[in-house]
Amino acid sequence: MNTTEQFVILKNMESCSIDKIPIISYSDFYQHIIFLMKDPQFHCVNYFAMPNEEGLFFYCCMADDSTNTIQILSHVLSTDKKKQLLSLTKEVMAFHVYERELAENFGIEFIYNPWDKPLRYATNRFDKTKTIENYPFYKIESDELHEVGVGPIHAGVIEPGHFRFLCNGENVLHLEIQLGYQHRGVEALFLTKSTFHQQNILAESIAGDTTIGHGLAFVSAIEALGNIQSEPRLQLERAIALELERIAIHVGDLSALCVDVAYQFGSAVFGALRTPVINYLQRWCGNRFGKNLIRIGGTHYPLTDELIQSLKLFLDDFEPRFTLMAKRMFDLPSVQVRFENIGGLTPEQTHAIGAVGMAARMNGHGRDIRKSHPFAAFQQEAIDTFSDIKSGDVWARAMVRKKEIEASIIYIRKLILTLSSTNDSSAKPLPEKEIKLTPNSFTISLTEGWRGEICHCALSNTEGKLSLYKVKDPSLHNWMALALSLRDLEISDFPVNNKSYNLSYCGHDL
Amino acid sequence: MIIEEIKIQKQHGKQFIKDLATQPVPGPFKGRPEISFEKVDDSKVVDLCPTNAITANPLRIDLGKCVFCGECSLAFPNKIRFTTDYRLATNDRNKLIIQEGETGPIHLNEAKIRKEIQSLFGRSLKLRQISAAGANADEAELNACGNVNFDMGRYGIEFLASPRHCDGIVITGPISVNMAEAVQICYDAVPDPKIIILVGTDAISGGIFEGSPALDRSFLDKYPIDLFIPGNPPHPLTFVNGVLDLIRKRK
Repeated sequence: MNTTEQFVILKNMESCSIDKIPIISYSDFYQHIIFLMKDPQFHCVNYFAMPNEEGLFFYCCMADDSTNTIQILSHVLSTDKKKQLLSLTKEVMAFHVYERELAENFGIEFIYNPWDKPLRYATNRFDKTKTIENYPFYKIESDELHEVGVGPIHAGVIEPGHFRFLCNGENVLHLEIQLGYQHRGVEALFLTKSTFHQQNILAESIAGDTTIGHGLAFVSAIEALGNIQSEPRLQLERAIALELERIAIHVGDLSALCVDVAYQFGSAVFGALRTPVINYLQRWCGNRFGKNLIRIGGTHYPLTDELIQSLKLFLDDFEPRFTLMAKRMFDLPSVQVRFENIGGLTPEQTHAIGAVGMAARMNGHGRDIRKSHPFAAFQQEAIDTFSDIKSGDVWARAMVRKKEIEASIIYIRKLILTLSSTNDSSAKPLPEKEIKLTPNSFTISLTEGWRGEICHCALSNTEGKLSLYKVKDPSLHNWMALALSLRDLEISDFPVNNKSYNLSYCGHDL
Repeated sequence: MIIEEIKIQKQHGKQFIKDLATQPVPGPFKGRPEISFEKVDDSKVVDLCPTNAITANPLRIDLGKCVFCGECSLAFPNKIRFTTDYRLATNDRNKLIIQEGETGPIHLNEAKIRKEIQSLFGRSLKLRQISAAGANADEAELNACGNVNFDMGRYGIEFLASPRHCDGIVITGPISVNMAEAVQICYDAVPDPKIIILVGTDAISGGIFEGSPALDRSFLDKYPIDLFIPGNPPHPLTFVNGVLDLIRKRK
């Protein structure tokens, strides 16, 4: 930890006393953020506020990829002040989701914000007269245009959300995505649940398809606040689990993409290839999504020699089958014609909206927490990342998945070798009574889930209990990428674009 | 290249599971729990449970509330043991409450199955799935029910897009305030006779989200539920077997 006059510098999964974070004036805060955002090595990983009697305390976390550090900035809006702040979104578009959330939850007016429309209609929102039924859709008055509304319930077995297409004939002029249907009050529940075990299960349910990504972000945050060391072996096992989750979902996504371009063969084969991955997770911890595997300070399900052997066998069987099927799919002209130049974004667009994960890597932005702010085993053993996919279209998003699966397989094999050189076994999870959070502390925990960067921020109060738990799923940024991808496409291209991003509704709505 | 495709087909082989009722599941899978008569401090077991699924005197586990984290059986292995029996579905909410000494499989209450269900839906059941704040694990497993492995389509069970073409709804998730109206509209759009299936602990009881002010579960108070399918998320085998037990006479 390092304090300058303006901010505190933390490493990923490090904590500091809340009192150490200097509170600066909003104009200094504003200037500093604008200054940092001119450097592409910086991006905002979280920006939120916490109310108390004195006022609203804002915390902004700016990740510096070049030095593997995160600057924590803070400003305060005291209760006697007018709830008005100059909008950052006007200068840096990536801030729109944060300011919309702050406006919705606390009734802050961001001056010059282009449009602070509601984000998710949270239960604790400031203005309860705004309801999900009267969402202010963007409209263009014209006799020649028509609107197509889809959802909240969609055709398939997927989560709910509303998509409103403004169309000129077959072409989409504008797609607006309205979410909030999945809001379960997750962040508030973190504070009302009395045990860490309950919170752990809650974290695994933030997005059921990212059980390990969010679970790992949660336990790392608690371990940072509680000064709990986790053994190198445990770190290796956690990284293996995270990469298995990535492989499982990516293969499933490739199957889903095949469905949308009417390639039934590819869909069936990729679908069948997903099964052994999640069945391996079940063999390991009893659950196909890896629930109950990630626990604070240890695990109930250590990776035994027998499990390592079956992991090797699984990879040896999976890899050639996957490689052949992927080659076949990417070589197929009928697939290429539906993937290439469909739903492309420029690198400038992805940068502007603050895209993370696959949605950044489809455009040559190498942004990847595993590399820039390494955690778990990624500190000891680096994973290969790439920035040579640049087209930003459906093809790029499919190709990112293929390359990430290949990289994950290589990486897991490396970790297996490292594992066999450690002869200890992972510890049991720390008993509830032995977990004591440092009072009055702040921590930030970043992981790279299969969708991209996950950020959990936790604050403890003077009694050592959680006083704020803030979750950010990568989808928060990336939904805008889907909306932009649809511009000037035919509406029939929506499904394949949607699948190519496969964003989380519940991760966004919380 | 066609050669490649033949090679892939050969590797792919036959993927479908022949008998969904007897297929073993690997690993420390947590299915139906069994509670022994061993004397333990009940209150300690109760305190371990994150979702108040365990109640004392005598010790019982409510599978409608259980998130299958296994903390109880890890701490008291001789008292509570999770078997790999994945056939957990029933139409009787009380049958989800496992008592001390109970070892038999969970059945449906035949008397509670409406007459028309088996005659109308026995060979063809089309369902509208509604994710009402479901976290996408339950949904992923429901999608898996139709994949090449579990292939529930062979029994005429299928998820469709339009509620007008369906015979019932399948709800996942604890039902958020923001989804409550959509659930009602969708249910109303399904023609009679129709069934309601709740999939996953979140749908049956709210699970870990129980008590959140962001939920509105009043829809469930209005109608009888035809099938409860517990799990976090339920295994595809739990879903397919449960539905088959509801719509067909099975051994």
